[in-house]
Amino acid sequence: MKNPLDSLWGTVISGIVLTIILYYIVRAMLP
Amino acid sequence: MDLAFIQLGLGRWLHILAGVMWIGLLYYFNFVQVPALAEAAKDNTGAGITKHVAPRALFYFRWAAVVTWLAGAMILGSHFLEAFLFLKPAYYPIGVGAWLGTIMIFNVWVLIWPNQQKILGMKPATDPEKAKARRVAFLASRTNTMLSIPMIFFMVASGGVFRTAFFAM
Repeated sequence: MKNPLDSLWGTVISGIVLTIILYYIVRAMLP
Repeated sequence: MDLAFIQLGLGRWLHILAGVMWIGLLYYFNFVQVPALAEAAKDNTGAGITKHVAPRALFYFRWAAVVTWLAGAMILGSHFLEAFLFLKPAYYPIGVGAWLGTIMIFNVWVLIWPNQQKILGMKPATDPEKAKARRVAFLASRTNTMLSIPMIFFMVASGGVFRTAFFAM
């Protein structure tokens, strides 16, 4: 599998996906 | 001028000023310099960039990272551990931002800068060492570009009306 960080678009999309994942983790952690 | 004004007002201003320089230069490296050097390698015209531009850009890049992190730590102040250890829900969003920023400054000083010194000839290195350094520095830089996206989101979403909008608190 190609490393997404080898392409700029792959890097940006990975960053957006990571943002969404972290957002939902933080929301789930909140009381 | 009271202490809170310096810590929160001037601290936040400095944090954002230095952060713009740090992440601005990170985006310059990833969106401009790396693709430009790849093009320049085809007709051998990249020497000026590596000799005159890259060392200057790297200087402001790595020191802006330090100022950004220190100013961020100053803003957190007595809430530093609450943010980093996720001790209080109100500090969860900025805690994530602070961790991402900390991973990023680690990448700058431990992975990017020492390897860039080899690539740019500031430190002696053989050709295979240079090739390896190029790959490590590239991936660390791309990792930071990726991490900057959630890092900026959690900075923006960590206070005032933005925290209310994103986290309903």
